[in-house]
Amino acid sequence: MVSEQLVDLSRLQFAATALYHFLFVPLTIGMVWMLVIMESVYVMTGKPLYKDMTRFWGKLFGINFALGVTTGITLEFQFGTNWAYYSHYVGDIFGAPLAIEGLMAFFLESTMIGLFFFGWDRLSRKQHLMVTLLMAVGTNLSALWILIANGWMQNPVGAEFSYVTMRMEMTDFWAVLFNPDAQAKFVHTVSAGYVTGAMFVLSISSWYLLKGRDVEFAKRSFGIAAAFGFASVCSVIVLGDESGYTVGEAQQTKLAAMEAMWETEPAPAPFNLIAIPNEAEMKNDFAIEIPWVMGIIGTRSLDKQIPGIRDIKLKNRERIVSGIEAVKALDVLRRNRDDAAAKKVFEEHKADLGFGLLLKKYVSDFSQITPAIIDKAMHDTVPRVAPMFWSFRLMVALGFAMLALFSLALWHSVKGDFADKRWLLRWALLSLPMPWLACEVGWFVAEYGRQPWTIYGVLPTHLSVSTLSVESLYGSLAGFVGFYTVLLVVEMFLMVKFARQGPGSLGTGRYANEAHA
Amino acid sequence: MLDYETLKLIWWLLVGVLLVGFAIMDGHDMGVGTLLPFVGKNDLERRVVINTVGPHWDGNQVWFITGGGAIFAAWPLVYATAFSGFYWAMLAVLWALFFRPVGFDYRSKINNPTWRGVWDWGLFVGGAVPPLIFGVAFGNLFQGVPFSFDDHLVSTYSGTFWALLNPFALLAGVVSTAMITFHGAIYLAHRTAGEIQWRALRAAGFFGGLLLLAFAGAGLWLWMAVPGYVIQSVVDGAAQPDPLAKTVIREAGAWFANYRRYPATLALPVLVFAGVLAAQVLARTGRTMAAFWASALAIVGVIGTAGAALFPFIMPSSLDPNASLTVWDSVSSRLTLSIMLWATLIFMPIIILYTSWAYRVMGGKVTAAYVRENSHSAY
Repeated sequence: MVSEQLVDLSRLQFAATALYHFLFVPLTIGMVWMLVIMESVYVMTGKPLYKDMTRFWGKLFGINFALGVTTGITLEFQFGTNWAYYSHYVGDIFGAPLAIEGLMAFFLESTMIGLFFFGWDRLSRKQHLMVTLLMAVGTNLSALWILIANGWMQNPVGAEFSYVTMRMEMTDFWAVLFNPDAQAKFVHTVSAGYVTGAMFVLSISSWYLLKGRDVEFAKRSFGIAAAFGFASVCSVIVLGDESGYTVGEAQQTKLAAMEAMWETEPAPAPFNLIAIPNEAEMKNDFAIEIPWVMGIIGTRSLDKQIPGIRDIKLKNRERIVSGIEAVKALDVLRRNRDDAAAKKVFEEHKADLGFGLLLKKYVSDFSQITPAIIDKAMHDTVPRVAPMFWSFRLMVALGFAMLALFSLALWHSVKGDFADKRWLLRWALLSLPMPWLACEVGWFVAEYGRQPWTIYGVLPTHLSVSTLSVESLYGSLAGFVGFYTVLLVVEMFLMVKFARQGPGSLGTGRYANEAHA
Repeated sequence: MLDYETLKLIWWLLVGVLLVGFAIMDGHDMGVGTLLPFVGKNDLERRVVINTVGPHWDGNQVWFITGGGAIFAAWPLVYATAFSGFYWAMLAVLWALFFRPVGFDYRSKINNPTWRGVWDWGLFVGGAVPPLIFGVAFGNLFQGVPFSFDDHLVSTYSGTFWALLNPFALLAGVVSTAMITFHGAIYLAHRTAGEIQWRALRAAGFFGGLLLLAFAGAGLWLWMAVPGYVIQSVVDGAAQPDPLAKTVIREAGAWFANYRRYPATLALPVLVFAGVLAAQVLARTGRTMAAFWASALAIVGVIGTAGAALFPFIMPSSLDPNASLTVWDSVSSRLTLSIMLWATLIFMPIIILYTSWAYRVMGGKVTAAYVRENSHSAY
């Protein structure tokens, strides 16, 4: 049996490196469109100010992008190094979007980024704008394919298990591609990136305005960021709500956990604004409810019920019991592929195989299963409620706080008086960390909410790991922490240095703090 | 849809193509990184060297990432077994690669000799370590790797990192490092002039010679002292992949069986010698572009020689030879192979098209004057 410690350390390493990678990705996804907008204005009007804007914000974009690339490779490696059984078990489906991401998107993005920085004097204005545009398209397509892969982990459609190859195999590529979970995730995630890019430009521009330097440059940047940010934050909230609505069992379980819905309430269910979840007794010790709201958000209807945690667990218990038969039959089939009796049993219970595998956390010999062990596995099928409940609320609160900021920023930007509203500029400056925090918490809700599975209903997390020693994990984890700390210090140092210096770092002679070679 | 057996064969070739593409494209900028501290004697010269690959290294690195993704998608069991088995070796590659994006992008942003010196050596590590380890890994493939599977195909690796560093594998590491550094030197000769170009040509002379010596030595060693693997049971190429369904034995000289059976494959090792020698001559007579492609052909030769010898094995198991991974039994389903083939056929030509355009736009010699004029935007 796989040791708990190995599983926990593997998860910790993946979570740490993924969350770290996700510090850089949203900014890239959002900033790249801001660069497209700024450069389009430059090409249309010919005003050098807009070229300077593209180049200066592009410089900060580049500093961020370097770490995005560095830390992205880690994630691709890690499926193989630390999640070997996962890679074998679902590589037939999961590997394809990753490879297509490289072919279709990442090549384009990475080739164009070189020309973006080095091609200013070698390309015509229109050609350079096209390069920037292709870089943006590549970046966003890249997010699409990654989220198709991730969406499949939440809602594994278009695939079937084969006992001969002992893995999941793709049966319908289009189902994987147009997985509703993947589509909802894509729009929500890229919108969150757009908000991050807008906030970055808005905050730093506000700082220049507060300092009273490079005013014209900062005002134009602020205006673009306010408009782009307002549109994006609306989209992130509306489309985020849409991803809550997406059908599928993984989402239902997540929904119940993040809303602390223990019971199946009569439709339309109330929404728990605030609650103190009690995990042991499966109830809320305290809750402020708003009637009807949950039912309407969750089902878009007044009469459909949303299953509560207790009912979800009971249903899962039945699937675990059925899954035991599937695992036993599979063991027979692995020794003799032609055993007709086992084949028949297996086909009957195949859909619950994953649920049967959940028991492998507790027993390796399935003749020793007791009802108590089944109960333990049943309780595992829903993630812990309190972390889900509170992270979700934090994410939503941050979203609405940013909506308020961008609404005011846009309002005053249309009126043209934002440069004098020092309270607004200060508020914008202080809001800088908000989108990052929201993105990280959002990642947590999505991925922690999928536990105990790596592939919902198919492959339990504790079976997915590589058979490495615990010492190896401590070693690699220490290495990552060390490298990533140094990289973050270096990146922040450069980012702060160039943000402080401002557009003067371009050496054009038109700004404060001009650079000297 | 093509039949399963043909698809399996095509994917063996395509993984080879991606490896070759990686070695030619990312290889030349890794070679430039390895040579950086030696061919650039001061900061200005080093900036010239770095800017020969400045606009391109990022795109080139995607050959590596796509290669990894393609192995994941086409050979999931190989991806899983190799990456987890070679855990520390893979982490060493990964951590060495960390130095590249930040080295290229951050080095020239601060004008301080210590800062720049650190990143110069960072780029050296990022250029030299990955090819060394890939070569060592290939060297171990020929000797077999100690892994086994249980009934449910959970793989267990029972070797250590240090056991990977055996003499034959280290020699294979020298082959691959010399190949990549040679290729980088030829590229550098193409993109620079004067003093730096002269140093690059000298480096090409040394590493080209080293490559041929090490390549011949490794071949001889393989012939004399490294037994190969042979599948004894009947292979059904169209069967659903199951790596536990065959019997495999070790046999002296078996790595040369394909060369005996198909003598035309002997063209591959010959290509290595021809490519290196042609590249040396062409580079010294000023035809540096042609030299680059000659050196690329040498890379085709080296990787092709190894692949043809191993076929149909990808990763033989020394612990349980029957569990060895081959092109027949560690691949994805027919549908996935077929989809991936279409994706490759559609996108690879497009990638080659815009990559060539990018090189054309940024073409010409990189000089000290160029770096001075673009001091704020160049690397």
